[in-house]
Amino acid sequence: MKHTISVLVENKFGVLARISGLFSARGYNINSLSVSETHDPTMSCMTIVIDAADERILEQIKKQLNRLIDVITVSDLTKKEHVERELMLVKVAVKAKDKPKVKQLARKFNAVISGTKNDCIILDITAEQGRIDAFLNALKGFKISELVRTGKIAMVK
Amino acid sequence: MIGAQILIECLEREGVEIMFGYPGGQVLPIFDKLYDSKIRFILTRHEQGAAHAADGYARATGKVGVCLATSGPGATNLTTGIANAYMDSVPMVAITGQVKTFLIGNDAFQEADVTGVTRSISKHNFLVKDVNDLARTIREAFHIASTGRPGPVVIDIPVDVQQADCDFFWPQEVSIRGYKPTYFGHAGQIKKAARLIARSKRPVLYIGGGVITSGAHQEVLRLAEGIKAPVAMTMMGLGAFPGTHQMSLGMLGMHGTAYANHAVTESDLIIAIGARFDDRVTGRIDAFAPNAKVIHIDIDPTSISKNIRVDIPIVGDAKNILGQILEEIKKKPDTEKWLNQIREWKSRHPLRYIHDGEKIKPQFVIEQIYEATKGKAIIVTEVGQNQMWSCQWYKYDEPRTFISSGGLGTMGFGFPAALGVKLGCPEKEVFDIAGDGSIQMNIQELMTAVCNKIPVKVAILNNGFLGMVRQWQELFYKKRYSSVKISSPDFVKLAESFGAIGMQITKKPDVRKAIEKALRIDNTVLMDFIVEPEENVYPMVPAGSAINQMISGLA
Ligand SMILES: Cc1ncc(C[n+]2csc(CCOP(=O)(O)OP(=O)(O)O)c2C)c(N)n1
Repeated sequence: MKHTISVLVENKFGVLARISGLFSARGYNINSLSVSETHDPTMSCMTIVIDAADERILEQIKKQLNRLIDVITVSDLTKKEHVERELMLVKVAVKAKDKPKVKQLARKFNAVISGTKNDCIILDITAEQGRIDAFLNALKGFKISELVRTGKIAMVK
Repeated sequence: MIGAQILIECLEREGVEIMFGYPGGQVLPIFDKLYDSKIRFILTRHEQGAAHAADGYARATGKVGVCLATSGPGATNLTTGIANAYMDSVPMVAITGQVKTFLIGNDAFQEADVTGVTRSISKHNFLVKDVNDLARTIREAFHIASTGRPGPVVIDIPVDVQQADCDFFWPQEVSIRGYKPTYFGHAGQIKKAARLIARSKRPVLYIGGGVITSGAHQEVLRLAEGIKAPVAMTMMGLGAFPGTHQMSLGMLGMHGTAYANHAVTESDLIIAIGARFDDRVTGRIDAFAPNAKVIHIDIDPTSISKNIRVDIPIVGDAKNILGQILEEIKKKPDTEKWLNQIREWKSRHPLRYIHDGEKIKPQFVIEQIYEATKGKAIIVTEVGQNQMWSCQWYKYDEPRTFISSGGLGTMGFGFPAALGVKLGCPEKEVFDIAGDGSIQMNIQELMTAVCNKIPVKVAILNNGFLGMVRQWQELFYKKRYSSVKISSPDFVKLAESFGAIGMQITKKPDVRKAIEKALRIDNTVLMDFIVEPEENVYPMVPAGSAINQMISGLA
């Protein structure tokens, strides 16, 4: 099952390597990881989405994270009420005649058109993961030439 | 004050009296300041030796062991020693020189990414890029190394930081917001544990190295005697409960005693204290103590419920928690029947070996050392059969008297570690019980021993084989002995050429005489005992079997 874990860490050099090193050394899988400075410049926040086979492994991951000296707090957001978002940029290769169709889809999903060229459109959507997946699904009939996602960020309510 | 001076000043304030290491280009400023310091510096002959010596010193004294090496090869030579200390939770600070700050990342001469290399084998590490951070970093390093579940901390200091000038400021307090170990047990859990103990009929204490680290041996003794429960020890836990006590089951696990393994398997309550249910202890996990409830006391939350499901986890310092439990226990369990059963197992399956041939049996050598030293020596071991026999045939009554590489199983650990042990406890007799393979891994430290006048006694159980590997090839690979026959130099001549005393012993009646003689010599002594080449360590639990499924090996 997927879990979203929010980890507050010291904003120090090498911390990301400690976290990713822990996951690789202990054989845990990371689905996504996003990190940036917080309002307090001495701290960074990482949102890590993991796939834990069972509750015991999940517990171990949390404890192992907590054991790192540079980790300040670890909280599992999965069971708490929280807001989550992900940002996706997707470049769709489209002929001129299909552009209106793509634009209509974008409007339906509240995606923004962030760039256009003759043969392509870049769409930009910020939403919950499920909604982004639905949007991608809706784009299936078109040719996607590039795609990037940030991975989830989340916050307790 | 320049960085190098700040380092020495901090080490002195931390109470460091002795350091082990090796100089080089990127630590010249530090060595220059060491020249005027009152800290004793032991120049080993290899940085691995320095790390193991610092480790041995720390295990024997409970203080933080300190080692120092130059950048690049000096630092990488330390790594086995750092990993070894990490696996056995030994408080250690390893200091390495680094190339100049502005050269880092440029593949400069003798550059290695020390923080990268040591990240997964240390409790924490630091690269100090600004001299203003140095004093606080050293303070934090000692704090992290010695508190909570102890471990090695690496401080990598670029040479320009060692040379840079700044005002010296010594922080009185250390506060690290992400590091707050738990020391006292949760009151609710303590109550539950006490109730479970009172209701148990077949309790067993399963104790590990954490009891020694925490200094909880008195509390363990009070608990065991108070509730009349037998005590099984991990290898790291030997000495945490008196080996000669009638309640002692000795070591459990792969080469544990049959009675310890039977007791654990049949028990209805395991009280695990400062132990981590390592696979060498549990054997097949689903057959480990199948009918027992488990109380697990450990300072490291990650050790709990890692390998085995625990009913009552209690995170905190073992000494405090046992104190709390002892106060809470109102009703004592009735274990009379259980103790009878244990006595029966003990008399039916004692540890034994057959000694009827001409050749010296390795177990006999250890028994003779035990008798000659009246059980009062500190025994350090190498890795392999020598190590397991040292667990079985010497009885440890005091904590910190058995010192061995547990988690990592590092051949070559014993001898340099023994030097650190002897320097930490000069009033004690210190033996390194070695295999002929292991002793050759760090034999160069014989020079360190001789020139620093460190009179340790080395007992080589010379079987001409990498014995433990040979045993596995014999039992599980149809005796196809592949690269396990190992030749050795003439150890007597070798010892002499280093300025030590060498002896070779080939006959049974000479064993005791040689040991007595070695004890009278105030120098490093190498005793080369030529022993039965194909003796095996028994009992043995084959890998993947339940721990009560032992091969006894003896007809
Ligand atoms: C550094 C290292 N390399 C390899 C091993 C694997 N190993 C474990 S025991 C052993 C044999 C040890 O032989 P020896 O020192 O002669 O001791 P004996 O088992 O004969 O007592 C080996 C090679 C190890 N533990 N450590």
